[in-house]
Amino acid sequence: MSLKVEECKDVFVFAQQVDNKLNSIAFELLGKAKDLAKDLDQQVVAVLIGSGVKGLADELAWYGADRIIVVDDPELKEYRTEPYAHALSSVIEKYKPEIMLVGATAIGRDLGPRVSARIHTGLTADCTQLDIGDFPLQAVEGQEQKHKQLLMTRPAFGGNTIATIACPEFRPQMATVRPGVMQKQTPDKSAKANVEEFNPGFTPDNKYAEIQEIVKSVSNVADIAEAKILVSGGRGVGSPENFKLLDDLAAAIGGTVSCSRAVVDAGWKPKELQVGQTGKTVRPHVYFAIGISGAIQHAAGMEESDIIIAINKDENAPIFDIADYGVVGDLNLILPELTKQVQEAMAEKA
Amino acid sequence: MKIVVCVKQVPDTKGGVRFKPDGTLDRAAMLAIMNPDDKAGLEAALKIKNENPGTTVTVITMGLPKADEVLREALAMGADDAILVTDRVLGGADTWATSSTLAGAIRNLDYDLIITGRQAIDGDTAQVGPQISEHLDIPVISYAENIKIDGDYVIVKRQFEDRYHMLKVKMPCLITALAELGEDMYMTPGGIFDAYQTEVTVWGRKDLKDVPDTDLGLAGSPTKIAKASDRVAKGAGEKVTPDTPKDAVAYIVGKLSEKHVI
Amino acid sequence: MDFQLSKEHAMARSLFKDFAEKEAKPRAIEVDETEEFPRETVAKMQKFGFMGIPIPKEYGGQGADILTYAMCVEELSKVCGTTGVIVSAHTSLCCDPILTFGTEEQKQKYLVPLAKGEKLGAFGLTEPGAGTDAQGQQTKAVLDGDEWVLNGSKCFITNGKEADVYVIFAVTGKVEKRGKLMKEISAFIVEKGTPGFTFGTKENKMGIRGSSTYELIFQDCRIPKDNLLGQQGKGFNIAMHTLDGGRIGIAAQALGIAEGALERTIAYTKERKQFGRAIAQFQNTQFELANMATKVKAAQLLVYQAAMKKAEYQKDPKVSYSVEAAMAKLYAAEVAMEVTTKAVQLHGGYGYIKEYEIERMMRDAKITEIYEGTSEVQRMVISAALLK
Repeated sequence: MSLKVEECKDVFVFAQQVDNKLNSIAFELLGKAKDLAKDLDQQVVAVLIGSGVKGLADELAWYGADRIIVVDDPELKEYRTEPYAHALSSVIEKYKPEIMLVGATAIGRDLGPRVSARIHTGLTADCTQLDIGDFPLQAVEGQEQKHKQLLMTRPAFGGNTIATIACPEFRPQMATVRPGVMQKQTPDKSAKANVEEFNPGFTPDNKYAEIQEIVKSVSNVADIAEAKILVSGGRGVGSPENFKLLDDLAAAIGGTVSCSRAVVDAGWKPKELQVGQTGKTVRPHVYFAIGISGAIQHAAGMEESDIIIAINKDENAPIFDIADYGVVGDLNLILPELTKQVQEAMAEKA
Repeated sequence: MKIVVCVKQVPDTKGGVRFKPDGTLDRAAMLAIMNPDDKAGLEAALKIKNENPGTTVTVITMGLPKADEVLREALAMGADDAILVTDRVLGGADTWATSSTLAGAIRNLDYDLIITGRQAIDGDTAQVGPQISEHLDIPVISYAENIKIDGDYVIVKRQFEDRYHMLKVKMPCLITALAELGEDMYMTPGGIFDAYQTEVTVWGRKDLKDVPDTDLGLAGSPTKIAKASDRVAKGAGEKVTPDTPKDAVAYIVGKLSEKHVI
Repeated sequence: MDFQLSKEHAMARSLFKDFAEKEAKPRAIEVDETEEFPRETVAKMQKFGFMGIPIPKEYGGQGADILTYAMCVEELSKVCGTTGVIVSAHTSLCCDPILTFGTEEQKQKYLVPLAKGEKLGAFGLTEPGAGTDAQGQQTKAVLDGDEWVLNGSKCFITNGKEADVYVIFAVTGKVEKRGKLMKEISAFIVEKGTPGFTFGTKENKMGIRGSSTYELIFQDCRIPKDNLLGQQGKGFNIAMHTLDGGRIGIAAQALGIAEGALERTIAYTKERKQFGRAIAQFQNTQFELANMATKVKAAQLLVYQAAMKKAEYQKDPKVSYSVEAAMAKLYAAEVAMEVTTKAVQLHGGYGYIKEYEIERMMRDAKITEIYEGTSEVQRMVISAALLK
């Protein structure tokens, strides 16, 4: 019961909300959808699913939605796979999107595959780049080259490979998109969108899970193994007080402070924050090694980080052998200015 | 009760990713292991088996004949039966075709609970589990951190970014396992020798139930690869010695924005 | 001789390696520093069948072969010599003599829980005045009605205070042999908690510091008559036979320590830079590594050959493996000492620092030249076979 390719149009975005508050991913997806819709000369449609969520529609318009489809039903109060999958696939069947974007969140990565399987289309996970282009990229004799296809680029293999995927025969072209990658547009509070309500009807069956309890977690001690960005300090930081410079940078960039063994041994930081062979093994997206010489014992715990940025006075420090970006310089002079500029950049982005 | 656990053999990225001289991944040089999330799922299944006498655990994998190794490992850990789904026509499958294949195989089995890993470390998609559940028209609970059996129901701790839900659902159902679901379980030495005495069931295309050819293999995959490349091996990166702290900051900020960090 | 490991053995090795990396390695430094017996690791090994690898399934074991057991001790010892010897002492020195010499009742009562991992075993032969010379034994056992009464003490006992079941040797009389009056020695099974059985000094050791090495004290300790292991007066044979097997375990431990030190040294020399080059690029380093690796490989072949010879013996008791076991232990222990010493040297100053774990490996290696028969005793065993 798959959709006919020629009948489908417009770029749809699943506007994820939790507790009737829109998730930042919804705005990021709208920002990207706007670019894609422009290339296709089509509209951006936000799909808002929940209970009592109509009031969120304005905000979606500010961030770029031309139309908003609201599925509002008491069954949709909390995220549950089945009623949400039913809601989104019913929207897809009725409105026939060309493209359907979903955030690669703990919700989107559950909803996306369930919906794609239901409507028989492809789904590309965790995309970091989306473009409109030809498939195949270059014309191949004996194969029709399709134009205006969604080209979905994603890393795989722990970031060691990168692939561009298309979905030429099936619609919608579905992708889940990694949070924090796409740019939101600056909200335009005068923007208005056409809001349409749609309720496909919800009849609970065995696929409706019963929610017995919801526990919102309170973060206590930072788990450095879970952090996406680590600002890590070594003996070169000089003193426990001086870690303030690292705390500030971490706060500005949304990261967590960690440290080397020397720092733990000196009693400046607790053992839980230690990276390395005798500490924790971490694999963040970005690892700042600040005043860390980078002994093998330390490297063993962090060398698989995606991006390693090292700041060290000693140009022969072994950390420079594994850093992607090494800066020889004085952390005391560099960090305050770096924090300031990061703050500015983040404020601009928000 | 009857539990089916889906496992995948993957190259071990943790043991160090190896590259060929031309910069492409050297998959052959990397150790093949049972995908960690799948292993956690298997551990959870074996725990349920230990706590609920009469439970059987069947492991199933789709892959090349070599994937037999992960099935032996599962048997050595305590699984009862193993099924290898392998056929030339199943190759090149995306998540849709993979989930169609596994669903076609699982339709031959009696099951109360199906457990898959949340995602595999090679593809990182997290799609196959939920898609299998859709093909089989049973409920799914993804991102499970804990499972309790309660009569005909399972109670699952389902993780989100900032909270968890305790969910109750009637079996049969499918659960995708987070690493936390498992609790360090190992093969036993004797189990290894027994595992190689156990017969692994091998199924091909003809053994799949209610799946059209158009849903299988490369041809049955809605998504097509337009371009694939390996990132070049990470060696020493750049090292700069800026004249002033300002230049240093400009350099770092430039890199951070280039990489979409800020 | 087949040099290719079977699929089963290859998988067993990956199991032991995985376990060692995840469970034993993270605790190795702490075990050494605190002298704490690694109970958590041992509990997991008990749960997953590591404590009964070469014991038949009908007695609660894994039914695997000696080679599998040796690989287990080897892989554990690569990361923690203490953990390796705990398995070795339990399996070779306590399970094995009960399996070989025990009655069916003794096997059911003691071997089954030992092999299943419910109980831990130890072995008490050495006394302050009787190490290499078993005739120096002072501990006595006297039959009194339905009970043996033990008096005396044993020293340097691995798993000393942690074990539940002990195989203990004691003098039960005197016999005339070739015109000389010799002590008659017998073996017994003693349970922890038996009145009169207590623990003395805990030894503060140079290496394998977590292995709970204790003095065992017997003061009018009464054990059932049925706890005599094997025939009365056959204790010396039982001890010698047991040590033949134990030597394979210790050889595997020595091999593992050497391999662990070599692996770390290879990694270190590739990373460590001096004079602008990795020290692995210096020919001295390269030649040292080549010598170390060659000796380690030779030791491994000797250890595996001894393990396979013992497997042959299990099928045909006429086969002797004591020379192979002695050669394996002699060579592997000396290689362990040499390789760890060189490993420290190649690490330079860092090799002398505890965090780098190389100096611990060197300390751990030393004992393998001493216990379960010193290198000198191994040479006696080997030469006696050559010259008989």
